Amino acid sequence: METIETILRDVPLFQGLTPEQLELIAGCGSNVHFSEGELLFRDGEEADTFYVLRHGGVALETFVPARGAVTIETIDAGEVVGWSWLFAPYRWHFDARALSLVRATSFDGACLRGKCEADPVLGYALMTRFAQVMIERLQSTRLRLLDVYGYAGN
Amino acid sequence: MERLPDAQTSVIEPEALDGLLEALTGRGFRVVGPTVRDGAIVYEDLESAAELPIGWTDSQDAGTYRLERRDDEARFGYAVGPHSWKQFLLPARIRLWRAKRSDDGFEVEEEPLEDVPLALIGVRACELHGIAIQDRVFLGGSYADRDYAARRKDAFVVAVNCFEPAGTCFCVSMGTGPKAEAGYDLALTEILDGAHRLLVEVGTELGAEILSELPHRAAEPADLEAAGAAVSGAAEKMGRRLDVTDIRDLLARNLENERWDDVATRCLTCGNCTLVCPTCFCLTVEDHTDLTGDQSERTRLWDSCFTLDHSYIHGGSIRPSGRSRYRQWLTHKFGTWHDQFGSSGCVGCGRCIAWCPVGIDVTEELTAIRASEGADHGDD
Amino acid sequence: MATRATELLAPGPMAPAPFRVTRRRRELPDTWTLELEPVAGERLRVEPGQFTMLYAFGVGEVPISVSGEVRGPLVHTVRAVGAVSQAICSAARGDVLGVRGPFGNAWPVEAAAGSDVVVVAGGIGLAPLRPAVYALLRRRREYGEVALLYGSRTPGDLLFSKELRQLRGRFDLQVDVTVDTADARWQGKVGVVPKLVAGARFDPGSSVALVCGPEIMMHFTARALLDRGIPPERIYLSMERNMRCGLGHCGHCQLGPTLICRDGPIYRYDEMKELMAVREL
Repeated sequence: METIETILRDVPLFQGLTPEQLELIAGCGSNVHFSEGELLFRDGEEADTFYVLRHGGVALETFVPARGAVTIETIDAGEVVGWSWLFAPYRWHFDARALSLVRATSFDGACLRGKCEADPVLGYALMTRFAQVMIERLQSTRLRLLDVYGYAGN
Repeated sequence: MERLPDAQTSVIEPEALDGLLEALTGRGFRVVGPTVRDGAIVYEDLESAAELPIGWTDSQDAGTYRLERRDDEARFGYAVGPHSWKQFLLPARIRLWRAKRSDDGFEVEEEPLEDVPLALIGVRACELHGIAIQDRVFLGGSYADRDYAARRKDAFVVAVNCFEPAGTCFCVSMGTGPKAEAGYDLALTEILDGAHRLLVEVGTELGAEILSELPHRAAEPADLEAAGAAVSGAAEKMGRRLDVTDIRDLLARNLENERWDDVATRCLTCGNCTLVCPTCFCLTVEDHTDLTGDQSERTRLWDSCFTLDHSYIHGGSIRPSGRSRYRQWLTHKFGTWHDQFGSSGCVGCGRCIAWCPVGIDVTEELTAIRASEGADHGDD
Repeated sequence: MATRATELLAPGPMAPAPFRVTRRRRELPDTWTLELEPVAGERLRVEPGQFTMLYAFGVGEVPISVSGEVRGPLVHTVRAVGAVSQAICSAARGDVLGVRGPFGNAWPVEAAAGSDVVVVAGGIGLAPLRPAVYALLRRRREYGEVALLYGSRTPGDLLFSKELRQLRGRFDLQVDVTVDTADARWQGKVGVVPKLVAGARFDPGSSVALVCGPEIMMHFTARALLDRGIPPERIYLSMERNMRCGLGHCGHCQLGPTLICRDGPIYRYDEMKELMAVREL
């Protein structure tokens, strides 16, 4: 039977963590699913979870008046959704919408923060991994700002 | 409590209504009132009292309106139809001005104002409130609408108290009826108990003057009693009711209520409700030129918040979804109207309920929103 | 029989007055500034933040904020985005446009006397704030620190760039400019406008902020100002909705409980915060 721990072993984000650390993290996790079009979370709501997508994709959206919901980025299976659980005031900055049937493991932020406080080595390991996710997203956003396809020179 | 007749309260026979209409046309009024056409009681120009909906009543419910024959000759034995008086005071289409190019750019010639005064026959108590509400919009702010002011100024109002409310009526809940309290020149209460007659209450000097030209007698306590019974009977026969306690605040804190999603699955955004509502006033303007491009004109037209165009800015609509447009209409009518104009926008006439093609009932929607708060609310 | 005389009064508030274009300047590829003088009668007295309904003969009218000083000709900076604004932007010197107004309320320039003032503009939002900036500078001694923070999409989209350079030369005014994306020649800051708030010099306990731009930009700017400690009732925004009359009669400019043509367009952030959070309101 596939436990959350075994699922975590295959997630690229958690490569290099010890089995004990994976066990600690799995203790804060549970399996969830969303149907197509369902919202995982809404901008402004309390953010005390992050999700590891196992199947399906999620769109991060923001609402612009007179434009509607604009997709900022899409996140695929195997990736992580959500880092607002790490930083006060723990509120989501975007909407997240399931683009298809989504199966994910959700992790309780308060639970994990507690374990990180108790075990700084675990805390540092998780912080560096999430920082890596944020850096990659930031780099790709900056690259998109360049508008390389549209730029025709001044 | 026994009410004694005051000096001017009189009684007329139904036949005297002919004289009433003649007295008004003789003074140059354009007489408009109820008549049967196309299976409904509508408001149109009246040539004589014979055109009134004699012996007709209406049967109304959500998405339903039917005319039925009465077994008497009541002149005003119905509630309200698809028309309201706003089609005369705030016509659906008028030209505001014409302009033509000149050496100084252009010259604007405003449309001459209507100078034939209106006589409105058969105005219900709820409709009197509806007119007063539109008065506040068009005359009560920093700017007065000159066309509305002109049509409104000398309008003669013959109010009619209800004795036969419809299944869609809830004026008692809105505090707007069934009795006409103010805003009329004459108020009639039709009595069918005993001899068929109409009690006439006088509201203005012109009303008194016109009454004096009709065959009438002083009202007696028995007339007053019968009239009072008819009206209080109407108050007890209201088709619907609505709790409007703190409704402005209720709606302000329920802008994300699930009920909006629910009604959005039913609402067609057809705008019928805004067309039949006596207080809905949204307008738009259109500018056109002739083929030479030297003459232009501006037309003012009825508009509806149910159109996508209504909230269009910056390349998109602020309210693209049906959900947001229905919410805008209902929360404006019962909630933000208070903030904007100091009163409710609804007079409880029930037209929107009858004329909604899918039968959406505003009293039901609002009750559902209030109920959804239930035990949760009370922590504020 | 009662007959009523046709009224021969001053034109009603729905009739435009003819104004001649006396100057015309192209600001950006799609944006022009027009200076207008009344064909007959007095100049309008327009307070910073107010708007007029600007009419192109036979095409239509649109609400445009005034971008010129209180004393002087009527100035409008218009972006050509639709049929009417396009027609307005094509008006040549000598052409006549129609004007109704002015309508709406004003930036609280006088009320801010004694405080520091932070003016934050995004994109074309600088145009409605321009009269406020010049009104502040006319009475410079009445204010403490005055900061003008401005951002646009690209360097090519910076509005009034020559004026900004001149203002930057003053010793009694902080001017900070940023763009979302740069080109090869741009030597200035690259980033979002709210980020400029952190670097501006002002005493949050004694400041007034005037903010104008797209709603999202105003939202994040307000957050940045709150983070610096300016209370929400001292942050002012300019809100926008569809407008057809400017008189409070047509029902289009509603934003929840308020009519923008009558109660706005300038609002305090504490009044607007919750309304702005409701989508499609």
